[in-house]
Amino acid sequence: MARKISYQQAINEALAQEMRRDSSVFIMGEDVAGGAGAPGENDAWGGVLGVTKGLYDQFPGRVLDTPLSEIGYVGAAVGAATCGVRPVCELMFVDFAGCCLDQILNQAAKFRYMFGGKASTPLVIRTMVGAGLRAAAQHSQMLTSLWTHIPGLKVVCPSSPYDAKGLLIQAIRDNDPVIFCEHKLLYSMQGEVPEELYTVPFGEANFLRDGKDVTLVSYGRLVNTAMDAARNLAGRGVDCEVIDLRTTSPLDEDSILESVEKTGRLVVIDEANPRCSMATDISALVAQKAFGALKAPIEMVTAPHTPVPFSDALEDLYIPDAAKIEQAVLNVIEWSKR
Amino acid sequence: MSQIHTLTMPKWGLSMTEGRVDAWLKEEGQAITKGEEVMDVETDKISSSVEAPFSGILRRQIARQDETLAVGALLGIVVEGEASEAEIDAVIEQFQSNFVPGDAADEDSGPKPQKVELDGRVIRYFERGEGGTPLVLVHGFGGDLNNWLFNHEALAAGRRVIALDLPGHGESSKTLQRGDLDELSGVVLALLDHLDINAAHLVGHSMGGAVSLNVARLMPQRIRSLTLIGSAGLGAEINGSYLKGFVEAANRNALKPQLVQLFSNAELVNRQMLDDMLKYKRLEGVDAALQQLSATLFADGRQQADLREVVQAGHVPTLVIWGSDDAIIPATHSDGLSAQVEVLPGQGHMVQMEAAEQINRLINEFIGQH
Repeated sequence: MARKISYQQAINEALAQEMRRDSSVFIMGEDVAGGAGAPGENDAWGGVLGVTKGLYDQFPGRVLDTPLSEIGYVGAAVGAATCGVRPVCELMFVDFAGCCLDQILNQAAKFRYMFGGKASTPLVIRTMVGAGLRAAAQHSQMLTSLWTHIPGLKVVCPSSPYDAKGLLIQAIRDNDPVIFCEHKLLYSMQGEVPEELYTVPFGEANFLRDGKDVTLVSYGRLVNTAMDAARNLAGRGVDCEVIDLRTTSPLDEDSILESVEKTGRLVVIDEANPRCSMATDISALVAQKAFGALKAPIEMVTAPHTPVPFSDALEDLYIPDAAKIEQAVLNVIEWSKR
Repeated sequence: MSQIHTLTMPKWGLSMTEGRVDAWLKEEGQAITKGEEVMDVETDKISSSVEAPFSGILRRQIARQDETLAVGALLGIVVEGEASEAEIDAVIEQFQSNFVPGDAADEDSGPKPQKVELDGRVIRYFERGEGGTPLVLVHGFGGDLNNWLFNHEALAAGRRVIALDLPGHGESSKTLQRGDLDELSGVVLALLDHLDINAAHLVGHSMGGAVSLNVARLMPQRIRSLTLIGSAGLGAEINGSYLKGFVEAANRNALKPQLVQLFSNAELVNRQMLDDMLKYKRLEGVDAALQQLSATLFADGRQQADLREVVQAGHVPTLVIWGSDDAIIPATHSDGLSAQVEVLPGQGHMVQMEAAEQINRLINEFIGQH
């Protein structure tokens, strides 16, 4: 049995092992250097929540603190990637994407296409996503669908320590720009993680639970909430299949369709705002390609169309919880055409 | 003298914390004998049967069908001799008020596999039991020490039993040099040296059988007996399409039709088993190791090593066990061997998991004679 470590440690370990294996891998971002015991001005945090802690000591010169200028350092990382190295660039909160959107969506995502396949951009942008940290509207968004919308980007959203390590190693080895979305509330989650290197391929959803009555599709932190709901529903005789997308681009359409063909019912669970989201995207996919299998309308459990509230009580209400998922499942189970 | 026994949820392997009751195999009021199967239980790893650890009358079925219960939870009451309903009620009440399901902390307190560096590579092994001539369990191609989940503890009741991960497998180092039987046998011998074991019984499954045969060929004086289960090394045929499919399978849908061939009951290949196997196959170096072993040992879908002479020479007492329906290596390879041969009707390649109780009994009896 593999030892248990946290989601945060799994990410740190993936970075360290890949840097040891491949000297072209390096880290840059705001406050990523340092960590406990680092000398002088580098005695910083190792990332705002300490994810890169300790790497500065192990890899001198390869963990670079940058000025507080996303437009500058993300641009530098994109440029470096096109020149044959593999930067892992940290965008502290995904909410800051606006400050470097041109570098990502108009440059990194387009190079392979616009240079006729002769350029590649092996860049990873690690970024924190999601609500629940009482960090208010500008540090809590789930912008995964924003990246998923853009051809040329790969978008990853791990839900467990095992997946975090394997997907990050895959991301670092990938020759295209990857947006690696880390949910801040998962950092302390413990799970079994092999000590060795391994990869989890992109575009392969994970079946966390086999069931015959309803398909629950989610990604990121809410996969775990969906599992809680599925366990509660099992006690009431409802058998849920739970699918973790792992990557929203590429999207494992086959697994979603295969499951809905079996269950005939779909509930999509998405922490993002409801418009133009993964929830609407997957609903459209199933409505188009598995319409004949559906026994009930598709349900979406999402955040409301509002910014993430600062009030604790309202933030708790904003994030979909197991009770909302269970209600949605019961809605599709009990639905009948009147 | 009468005795009221509590039948409890067994712990099969390190990771088991709970089990789901599939079905009672005995009715209330029925007599059961020690060793008889009384209930089918399903875990996240595999389904198996609970064996009665004592004889008597099954007086109460406490666990209900489809109920999920923690390891150690009360399943039923078996009474030897006479006991009143009130006495039984008292035992149940006392048990239930004292029972605390094991938590995560418990997991860490039990025996655990260890790792050692031998000749520059890490080898994981798991040691249980003590005394007697030690017994070593050698898994097959693509397996690991968990293949002995249902055997290890039962065999370790009276002796020291060590299961190892061969290089390229489990949590041992994945790098192989030549990827041949001598290299794998060398690791078994190096582990014996490390553990100060002069002589041992070897139990090998599939490719692990060929490894064990080769150890016996190289060092017959160190091997007290051989038990070969669905073993390689005893004939040329092997299911080449399985080997190719297994090595190439990169996702759950590709892997499932391969793993199904290993079992007589296809339903045992559940989501958890596929997941665990995929996790193993995705470790760095595993693909290369499996490719290399398969190219060396089973080139062109034929077994390259013929070790029948090791058995026929008669220097090492040998027990040969096969599932009659083994779809990987045919049971006919047991024909004509100078050994105790046991072919289990209806069983497949993973017979030590699917017919664990029977296998454990056969091995214990055989080893007891040598």
